[in-house]
Amino acid sequence: MEKFVTHVGTALPLRRSNVDTDQIIPAVYLKRVTRSGFEDGLFAAWRKDPEFILNKEEFKSASILVAGVDFGTGSSREHAVWALQNYGFKVIISSRFADIFRGNSAKGGLLTIIVPQKDVETLWSAVEANPALPITVNLDARTVSFGSTTIAFEIDDYTRWRLMEGLDDIGLTLKSLDSIDKFEKSRPSFKPTTKTLNH
Amino acid sequence: MGKTLAEKIWQEHVVRSAQGEPDLIYIDLHLIHEVTSPQAFDGLRLAGRPVHRPDLTIATEDHNTPTLNIDQPIADPVSKLQVDTLRKNCAEFGVRLHSLGDIDQGIVHVVGPQLGLTQPGMTIVCGDSHTSTHGAFGALAFGIGTSEVEHVLATQTLPLVRPKTMAINVEGILKPGVSSKDIILAIIAKIGTGGGQGYVLEYRGSAIRALSMESRMTVCNMSIEAGARAGLIAPDEKTFEYIKGKPHAPKNWDEAVSYWSTLFTDKDATFDAEININAEELAPFVTWGTNPGQGAPLNSNVPDPSAIADPEARGAAERALVYMDLKAGTPLKNIVIDTVFLGSCTNGRIEDLRVAADVLKGKKISKSLRMLVVPGSARVRLQAESEGLDKVFIDAGAEWRQAGCSMCLGMNPDQLAVGERSASTSNRNFEGRQGKGGRTHLVSPLVAAATAIRGTLSSPADL
Ligand code: SF4
Repeated sequence: MEKFVTHVGTALPLRRSNVDTDQIIPAVYLKRVTRSGFEDGLFAAWRKDPEFILNKEEFKSASILVAGVDFGTGSSREHAVWALQNYGFKVIISSRFADIFRGNSAKGGLLTIIVPQKDVETLWSAVEANPALPITVNLDARTVSFGSTTIAFEIDDYTRWRLMEGLDDIGLTLKSLDSIDKFEKSRPSFKPTTKTLNH
Repeated sequence: MGKTLAEKIWQEHVVRSAQGEPDLIYIDLHLIHEVTSPQAFDGLRLAGRPVHRPDLTIATEDHNTPTLNIDQPIADPVSKLQVDTLRKNCAEFGVRLHSLGDIDQGIVHVVGPQLGLTQPGMTIVCGDSHTSTHGAFGALAFGIGTSEVEHVLATQTLPLVRPKTMAINVEGILKPGVSSKDIILAIIAKIGTGGGQGYVLEYRGSAIRALSMESRMTVCNMSIEAGARAGLIAPDEKTFEYIKGKPHAPKNWDEAVSYWSTLFTDKDATFDAEININAEELAPFVTWGTNPGQGAPLNSNVPDPSAIADPEARGAAERALVYMDLKAGTPLKNIVIDTVFLGSCTNGRIEDLRVAADVLKGKKISKSLRMLVVPGSARVRLQAESEGLDKVFIDAGAEWRQAGCSMCLGMNPDQLAVGERSASTSNRNFEGRQGKGGRTHLVSPLVAAATAIRGTLSSPADL
């Protein structure tokens, strides 16, 4: 996983709430068995509309998505994160994310930032007025800044540290193999296994 | 101070905890299907890691599988590749797999409970958000993403932040014709699609205790639609009875039951949030919009967005009505339906088929629509056939299909056409969920059956 410390880019204002993962990437695009190439499926249904914001020339190179409340609801498909990343997004900003989507994003190194809705509105207006506005996301300082505005955001220390170090969770956990071993020895014997029938 | 049920289960599974870090939680059962696992197995292969506990892992094919001609190769080459990849991965890593055609094949959340693998006090995960279904047994069960699938395969654990707890108290006796689907749709309409976010929901109260195990699964199944990763119901005699005699029920039964009997929220425990629902006031519920929180009683009208105060919710409602091609003020009962889908991990179990067949018995479905009946698993199908339910559906003019996710999501051949409108017993009414341009109204099996007969959204009371 790539390390994330700061990112400077332009933003796409997506004035929609409840953007579910079926919209981010419809099910028909989930059939690939790799982690790449999902950019075609990103917002596939909405992109059919030439007026959809992602199709506007001035927003084509945006790398920061600013969305309405409850982004990423619905299906647990991590393909939603891959589609956003494959397309070129590095940061998603919203006033609330669905839990699974947020977890998936952190695993893949896509930074999700929660700010109050009024800051989302500020960002939307600023970007709509000037699509080329450079926006700086500083994970170290936990701030989003543009022009003379700086918005602070919160993120737990652990996730921040993992993203900044680009650390892979599995590698981290495997360091605790001893604890896992010990735990396994203490599991009650009535817990089922998939291999042996009990009757 | 006492503990909530969720806290008790959590505490039993902490492998390691450290200040400022998520807890490392042990996973008792990992369910797998073809859509969210290929990249996870790939990751293992790349890192040269084995599956840590293949004996706590089980796979089934469900999302892509066709519900017709299952004896023939899967026609869609991409679906076939995904299913073939699962077969290859399971063989290589030693994971038990129930393939299409196998008697234990079916939707992953129907298969776990039916095998008796879902038991109280367990932690259960699956790369599928409706894993919350298993919470009906008093198991802490939640959906995970593909990176987490890989993590569980490699370590049988997950680093997790302890969720908050919310009690949802449903008291009173349901009116006839009102089912567990209506309870959960009403809860989601009340708290919204983000209302449960960050919480484990514990459904409590007399109305929940009165539900059968399968009805409880319907409620827990849709916890995710309220934004919660997990829903829980404390196990009781009904739970134990349901597990008894299942293939993987514990051999040391008494020991298991005495542990399971400790799994309830202590009297002096406190929840982080609490919601009360009066079961007596509930009516058959349907959705009119494009998220599961946009629902209303069947006897009401399509709401008027201009009456919604919150600008975000108003905008969402306006867009939903455009997509759904509905006018504010239209009685929901006047909405004409093209397709009725009875099935999915929400309502594809034997009891769901029974109540729908009861309504359809001796009647014909409306000539203006098609009805698909898709059992949740091969065993549900066989059980239904042994009770003659298949005949009831076929005689009524419905199609009787093979088990799978089917029209719940547009991944296999069962899809809505552009502009088609369904009454569906599944769990998501998102834009295009059941096929590009398709419009979905979420309903209970009772409403699905009555709608099939009348051709417009209806409950059995309208017949
Ligand atoms: S039936 Fe629908 S919700 Fe359930 S697992 Fe299948 S696709 Fe997902």
